Amino acid sequence: MTAAPSQRAATVEFEHVTKTYDRRAAKAGAPGAVNDLSITIPAGKICVLVGPSGCGKTTSLKMVNRLIEPTSGRILLDGVDAATRDTTELRRGIGYVIQQTGLFPHQTIEENVVTVPRLLGWSKARMRTRAEELLAVVGLEPGRYARRYPAQLSGGERQRVGVARALAADPPVMLMDEPFGAVDPIVRERLQNEFLRLQEQLAKTILFVTHDIDEAIKMGDLVAVFQAGGIVAQYAPPAEILASPASDFVARFVGTDRGLKRLSLFRVGELPLSRVVTAPVGSDGASTQRAAAEQPFEHVLIVEADRRPVGWVHRDRLPAGVVTPDAIESTSPLLDRRTTLKDALSMLLDADVQAGLVVDRTGAVQGMVTVADITALLHVPDAQPMNAAERAAADADAGA
Amino acid sequence: MEIRWDWILDHLDDIALALWQHVVYTAIPLAVGFVISLALAIWAVRTPRVYGPITAVTGILYTIPSLAAFALLIPFTGLSPLTAFIPLTSYTLLILFRNIVAGFQAVPREVLEAADGMGYRGRERLVRVELPLAVPLMFAGIRLAAVTLIGLATVVSILGSTFGGLGQLITEGLQTFFPTKYVAGGVLAVLLAFVVDFLLVRLERLVTPWARARADAGAPA
Repeated sequence: MTAAPSQRAATVEFEHVTKTYDRRAAKAGAPGAVNDLSITIPAGKICVLVGPSGCGKTTSLKMVNRLIEPTSGRILLDGVDAATRDTTELRRGIGYVIQQTGLFPHQTIEENVVTVPRLLGWSKARMRTRAEELLAVVGLEPGRYARRYPAQLSGGERQRVGVARALAADPPVMLMDEPFGAVDPIVRERLQNEFLRLQEQLAKTILFVTHDIDEAIKMGDLVAVFQAGGIVAQYAPPAEILASPASDFVARFVGTDRGLKRLSLFRVGELPLSRVVTAPVGSDGASTQRAAAEQPFEHVLIVEADRRPVGWVHRDRLPAGVVTPDAIESTSPLLDRRTTLKDALSMLLDADVQAGLVVDRTGAVQGMVTVADITALLHVPDAQPMNAAERAAADADAGA
Repeated sequence: MEIRWDWILDHLDDIALALWQHVVYTAIPLAVGFVISLALAIWAVRTPRVYGPITAVTGILYTIPSLAAFALLIPFTGLSPLTAFIPLTSYTLLILFRNIVAGFQAVPREVLEAADGMGYRGRERLVRVELPLAVPLMFAGIRLAAVTLIGLATVVSILGSTFGGLGQLITEGLQTFFPTKYVAGGVLAVLLAFVVDFLLVRLERLVTPWARARADAGAPA
């Protein structure tokens, strides 16, 4: 997905919002109730509403564009009470993406994409330009897709069109109700990644509903964990929810592997690198042995003259004379700075020497990350991963 | 049975007139019935509790035998065309009403939700989303009603020779033991039914290009 034009976002505030249903409506399959919801979503952030089904997350979402009216409380968009605005005008200013996409089967992809602009009375020429622009943004070649009908697209392509349609009139707020729920896991992951990259440029305020805690952790700047009865059990950045769940319910909901999940939020590049004792090929082994003896880590890395790694040898078995490449006993994985710590840990657990090497662009070793380095992070409860912008900058530095 | 082609050639204008009258007896009740049924269907979709009563009333109309209907109407409308049009129209209502409602009900819920969520107003949603998506099932009803009407319109001849239609060829042919005439009327009625049905299928395809797209949805993923 490539650059999209503008950045407009609005703050969304729920103030003591409650939605109750009478017994008859509840019996008829009314969506989950919501109990005294008070959260603020800062402009330009993704807030994920996550929880088991029937816990009121979709209800909360639909109260923003007033598909459902709150029983009490207020929802403010940039300080303005949604209830005071004309519903039609309000909805045309809020992007809306739903799981089954809700594309209009009788309209072409292009017509679908410019639904809201058409309702707003844009000129034909402007709508055409906008449709082409947006299809390109979501990675669908306009020349190939514009004239097709939704039934001719795959599930993943339809979801992309759904996102393009929601973006059409450049709304400051987007509501996404399980937008990637109906596609297979591989396509879902691709759509998630593309959407995150897109959001870095768009910086919309996004409310995102899912029942999948992994998706919530991945997509959210902030995560609101809902529990039965429409109560928010915790509202915090994902790293904080994983590090210190506010209740037993949250701990159970995020799962017993929350430590590992938390590692998936951090990248190798965010850890301080440990020093590696190196023995260049051709150097004198005895001096290196002395240096290595003072280190807690028992292995020495044999490197080429240009510091490219060859492999590990235990310090006790490093030859005392001239170091040669065939002295190595094992190798270990090279870690990319963008690898998540969860993946890094998994690679290290498989290796003989449980340390991953980080190299620079020339392949010269810069340092290492050990299993102990990774697990140490778990003991820092308030450690925060980089935000999206920092990560993008770091990736650029790493030569992505 | 011998077909007198010379009689047919001599009476081509009479036959054409009967055919034209028959088309009128089909088209006008169909059009009027469609407009009434569409209005009733929109009402029933918006106000579900009227669905039952409307089905009951149109159902009763449907069961009234056509001869009885003519007889009951003559005191009011005499031998005017209304006497023919009213029963013929009323027979379409049940078929059309039920199919149009089914068409509206077949519109996927998520499509309506998306339409609401993006800020369609009620009438815009009806015209731009619900009606087009109801077309395939509507057409099923229109085809059924049209073919039914072509059959029923032959009975109109019972009202007298001023009414005409293919039924008149059949009735007069039978009364005068003249097979050529009643066979011509019968064959034309059957052909008309086939042709009208075929044309309606073509028309439906023309107005629903998207439904065909679904059939050949072999697009690469």
